[in-house]
Amino acid sequence: MGMFGGAYNTIAFDANKCDGCGDCMTACATAKTGTVDQSRSRIQIVGSEAEGFELALCRQCADPKCVTVCPAAALTKNYANGVIDWNADKCVDCLLCTVGCAYAGIALDAGTGHVAKCDTCDGAPACVPACPHDALTYVTTSRIYNEVGDWEDLFAPGLAGCQGCNTELLMRHTLRRVGPETVLATPPGCVPGMGSVGFNGTTGTKIPVFHPLLTNTAAMLAGVKRQYKRVGRDVTALAIAGDGGASDVGFQSLSGAAERNEQILFMVVDNEGYMNTGMQRSSCTPYGAWTSTTPIGKGPGNIPSQGKTQDAKNLPLIMVNHRCEYVATASTAYMEDLYDKLDKAIQASKRGFAYLHVYSPCTTGWRFPTDQNMEVARKAVETNFVMLWEYNPTDGLHFTKPVDDPLPVTEYLKAMGRFRHLSPDQISHIQGKVVENLAFVKQMAHREAV
Amino acid sequence: MEQTKYLVVGSSHAALEAVTAIRMHDPDGSLTLLTRDPHLPYSPTVLPYVVSGRSAPDAIFLRDEKFFARQKVQLKRGTALKALHAERNAAELADGSEIAYEKILLATGAAPAIPPIPGLDQVSYHVLRTLDDATKLNAAIKNSKQAVVLGAGLVGMHAAENLVKAGASVTIVEMAKQLTDGYFDAIAAGLIEKAFTDNGARILTGSRVVKLAPSSTGATLTLENGTTLEADLLLVATGVKPNMEYLAGSRVEHDRGILVSDTMQTSVANVWSAGDCAQAKGFYTDAKIMNAILPDATEQGRIAGMAMAEDPGLKKYPGGVPLNTYHFFGRHAISVGSSKVPEGGEMVTRFDEATGRYLKAIFSADNRLTGIYGVNEFFDGGVMCQLILRRIDLSPVKERFLANPLAVGRELMSKTWR
Ligand SMILES: Cc1cc2nc3c(=O)[nH]c(=O)nc-3n(C[C@H](O)[C@H](O)[C@H](O)COP(=O)(O)OP(=O)(O)OC[C@H]3O[C@@H](n4cnc5c(N)ncnc54)[C@H](O)[C@@H]3O)c2cc1C
Ligand code: SF4
Repeated sequence: MGMFGGAYNTIAFDANKCDGCGDCMTACATAKTGTVDQSRSRIQIVGSEAEGFELALCRQCADPKCVTVCPAAALTKNYANGVIDWNADKCVDCLLCTVGCAYAGIALDAGTGHVAKCDTCDGAPACVPACPHDALTYVTTSRIYNEVGDWEDLFAPGLAGCQGCNTELLMRHTLRRVGPETVLATPPGCVPGMGSVGFNGTTGTKIPVFHPLLTNTAAMLAGVKRQYKRVGRDVTALAIAGDGGASDVGFQSLSGAAERNEQILFMVVDNEGYMNTGMQRSSCTPYGAWTSTTPIGKGPGNIPSQGKTQDAKNLPLIMVNHRCEYVATASTAYMEDLYDKLDKAIQASKRGFAYLHVYSPCTTGWRFPTDQNMEVARKAVETNFVMLWEYNPTDGLHFTKPVDDPLPVTEYLKAMGRFRHLSPDQISHIQGKVVENLAFVKQMAHREAV
Repeated sequence: MEQTKYLVVGSSHAALEAVTAIRMHDPDGSLTLLTRDPHLPYSPTVLPYVVSGRSAPDAIFLRDEKFFARQKVQLKRGTALKALHAERNAAELADGSEIAYEKILLATGAAPAIPPIPGLDQVSYHVLRTLDDATKLNAAIKNSKQAVVLGAGLVGMHAAENLVKAGASVTIVEMAKQLTDGYFDAIAAGLIEKAFTDNGARILTGSRVVKLAPSSTGATLTLENGTTLEADLLLVATGVKPNMEYLAGSRVEHDRGILVSDTMQTSVANVWSAGDCAQAKGFYTDAKIMNAILPDATEQGRIAGMAMAEDPGLKKYPGGVPLNTYHFFGRHAISVGSSKVPEGGEMVTRFDEATGRYLKAIFSADNRLTGIYGVNEFFDGGVMCQLILRRIDLSPVKERFLANPLAVGRELMSKTWR
């Protein structure tokens, strides 16, 4: 724990969902002052219907200005829960803290004559459940980061990934979680491309790693795992492969290993193309997407090209039909869900074949700004373009993050450049596919459950 | 000779912020903090509440020993800097020993300025800047029947209020025509004055003490107009002067304070300065000003620390903006920015005599906020300060802003939050 402490739970606000009803303020005022006087609420919704709403609320800053300007040591950052505590006995009502805060996070409560600020109601904020539109959420993912922060990062500190790469994030999290008793297979793709296989005779990971062919990853890993078993060592046999390798040329060995129920954990990092070699299309590339082999423009022989003309293959559903020990889809925008699935997949790989399919937005190949990765990943789920579910032979298939009220798929498409050229017809094709895929998976979820 | 990479002189707001900033970028470089005060760090701003008894003297410390141990800071209390030998990167202490530094921060703040009134040196009087001053004054207040406060700045006013509440008859003598001159305007000062007189204080503005002499009660003060005042307790609160005597013989340029650049560097290599002792550029003028307030001390301390640690995140000082909050007899006054109306600009006031609510806002010719003052009218000082610093255009919302600066200020700022 450094100067800033660990990661903390936080109240998150989705401005798009807020209609300014003020129920959160009433709930806060009730909880904190015993009145329904919204002006005394510590959460303040500001703005208007026309211009949109925003939140004036203590941000429990890591490097809080209010604390530094308080002359009475009445404000302190609590490193256990991240909250900035206000000590009524020490406060001298000088109001200097209100001058320090640029977010109106601490203000005078006219009802008491003292300053007041959000204390997150000891980890159960009253405002959050009061919001009828789910605009407020209490994000508790911090637990994972604090826990994971204590585990060893098994990836080299420096690497050659693109700025803002989701795959790096996934690599580091996954390796930390599986731990040092692991042997890793990374076929050609971004994962070895960014340095996992190393150079100059050293590896880029702190665990044994090897570089199979695109075609034989699952077969080689299965053999390696069997040899470890034979010599009596319990290791996790992990493959981190791209969608191209897994769904195209590597599919035969993948399918074979699944059919034989080899005890391996096969993770597919699905960035929907061969991004490492120059952004060529794969069978996981979605309809309409630009890639270097599905270009936009005149096209060969003057046949105009408007991106990929086929729909994506749904590899995880195909894996379900192998009746693997465990199959799941995941996204780094939903870390708790991802970790839950990683844990189950690791366990399942001790019994047989476990398959994890993680959607991994690619800033370079999909054409979006490097700071937007999580936003793109989240939009994919919020529009049902990507569905998060898991399967095992006993319980069947079920959704882990069902989206009841999906955004139109355009919200996802417009977040990146590779779909910029889409015609209305193409968009309605994609929207249609989203609906169809959802219905299909729902049907499976239903069937598997009975 | 003792050696240290960073030597920070002072243990108050500017110094502590610099320590934080240095440690964020350089967790291990040797760091020594010296202060002439014998206590753990505390803020002078809290002292009026030690005087009144509201704050326990042992509950005001801003850091404890554990903090310094954790941050690998060597803390030397009761150790004053006597002379700076910048030409050989050495600090000479009061006991004659020296510390060699690579970089030094002068954050020695200010001390009460004692006016040259004949006879003042013959009588005993109080000042208020250190914890020891405050505990002495706290003890004296209990026995005082007739107190006189010289100076109606915020320090004097705070102390006067405590004396009134402790039951003394209190007279405040101020040279200027109004109370809290330089902090609040005439209407606000009128509201403050009324609160004091309603509670029994006597206020003599536009008055000058010309002579003092010891008396059986304590001291006799003679005013310019010939009136005399008896005092069993005399508090001198006529302003402050920066602590920089140790610069004598050094080549560090100083004027009213230690002159510093936009990154708090002095005219001499390896020497920085921040807080009440520093004279840095103002926000409204490129001329270097004294802006001896707590928020600015932290801001300057942060910048100095970042500069010393060569933190690449360093941003230049935007210039000092006056900021004051003042609590009196259960009411509050807040001032942010300049009271001067810029050329072509405008000043708007709103005053409700019945409730004593007063608002004054000052705009530039192009409708940027340059200053805002309120009595019993709460607004977020931090938000207002940002509106000023970011020069946010208020043209479309001016009327609404004046009607409700709290809500409209938040609304405007919230657009910059994402
Ligand atoms: C009674 C009172 C009320 C105030 N109220 C307010 C208010 O309401 N709002 C506001 O904004 N500001 C207020 N102030 C001003 C505010 O306290 C100062 O602006 C702030 O403390 C400046 O911090 P600083 O770190 O620059 O210096 P200081 O707080 O003055 O600290 C200077 C430090 O340097 C040390 N030092 C000095 N000389 C030496 C030396 N030669 N060697 C070693 N150490 C030395 C001192 O011991 C001290 O630790 C008030 C001040 C007083 C006295
Ligand atoms: S009002 Fe209270 S919490 Fe805020 S700065 Fe003053 S003493 Fe600290």
